[in-house]
Amino acid sequence: MRKLFIPAVVVAAAMFAWAPIGIARVEYESTMLLVQKIFYFHFATWMAVTASVTVCGIASAIYLFRGTPAADHYAVASAELTTIFCLFGMFSGSLWGRKAWGVWWQWDARLTMAFLLELVFFGYLLVRKYGGPGAEKLAAAMGIFGAATAPFIYKSVDWWRTIHPQTTVMKTLGDKFPAAWNLVWFCSGAFLLLFVITLAARVRLEQLRAQLDRAYLAAEE
Amino acid sequence: MFLKIAVLVLKKDLAIEAKSREILYTTVFFAISCLLIFSVAFVKEGVPAEDAASGILWIALAFSGTIALGRTFERERYGETLRALLMAPASRPAIYVGKLLGMILSMLSTQVVLLPLVAFLFRAPLFARPLLLAALLGLGTLGFASVGTLFAAMLVRTRSRDALLPILLYPITVPVIIAGVRGTSALVQAPPDEAIATLWIGLLTGFDVVFVTLALWTFEPLMTE
Repeated sequence: MRKLFIPAVVVAAAMFAWAPIGIARVEYESTMLLVQKIFYFHFATWMAVTASVTVCGIASAIYLFRGTPAADHYAVASAELTTIFCLFGMFSGSLWGRKAWGVWWQWDARLTMAFLLELVFFGYLLVRKYGGPGAEKLAAAMGIFGAATAPFIYKSVDWWRTIHPQTTVMKTLGDKFPAAWNLVWFCSGAFLLLFVITLAARVRLEQLRAQLDRAYLAAEE
Repeated sequence: MFLKIAVLVLKKDLAIEAKSREILYTTVFFAISCLLIFSVAFVKEGVPAEDAASGILWIALAFSGTIALGRTFERERYGETLRALLMAPASRPAIYVGKLLGMILSMLSTQVVLLPLVAFLFRAPLFARPLLLAALLGLGTLGFASVGTLFAAMLVRTRSRDALLPILLYPITVPVIIAGVRGTSALVQAPPDEAIATLWIGLLTGFDVVFVTLALWTFEPLMTE
């Protein structure tokens, strides 16, 4: 795992360096002109959020039932990354919304639910910080419930009348603009790789902290 | 056996409540003060804003429900009775179900007072479709109380439980509150839109199934020290 870290960083850097060139070159989809270019970042960010929420939910469940410390490290690392990626996704969405809808923020289903997801994972971090001893378990419950509501957030756009594009937009994009479609997945791959790298680094930090704690305890005894 | 334990826990809570009536009086009074506060925001020139009643009803319910959750578990903590309950040779999920039933009863009794008051004060025809409204309120209460009971129980041992409970509870239960508010709005408007209300009832059922399953599944490991 640690051997792969440096090559992964190099690959991710290369992907992020090439992505703007690819985005500048690819053809326009007819209706939105230049504004649509932010889609390549926006969609990719939310793919990273999806991966992050999934990791957090599964790791929380494993920690709650098995008590494995490693699972807890993954849970806290992915919860932090969820808040960061979600914030970035809301930020890029806000910029896009300003151009496409004329407003920075719209209280529509998808945006409300994204806001909610951000609050859930901030809640996770707050309960960890201020919950006192045993807070890891309480946070794990929050992680499980947060991950369980995430599919509703994804489907909310299809169920509610809203102005955010529906989830079927990806399918039609694949049929009409194969080059754009490929580029979307290239960008998503870059963001997912970035997620994996930051997750690995953050988990390592958490492991070192746990080691340090154990060493302190041993020295005191 | 499972049901018997749940009913025993419920009976215990009801017996305490019947003596002091503390939770009932405080939550009902708090819900009514919420109505007064909302009237400041949603009444213009003596006329309540259109569509405000459903939001006011559900938010007053959620807020007063949080008070009730805090009180019922504070009582258990004060008397160290939650530990005694957990040490008893009873299945943990049954204890959870007992506490949950008590919580639902307490929230439903608040609604008995709150509903006519909201209808009266905010000029909302809440009783136009009583069965659909009852389904919305019942399912919404179950969804809110199932997560609330679990979170309030797990937070009993933590220091900052009063602040943490709403922080954790509201984001998770907001989908339930949204479904309740939108469904009730569809019933209150003229003419009532039954199809939309039924759609939200279906969604609420989905949330309830997910929340109750998860709560029953995680209660045991969460309450083990």
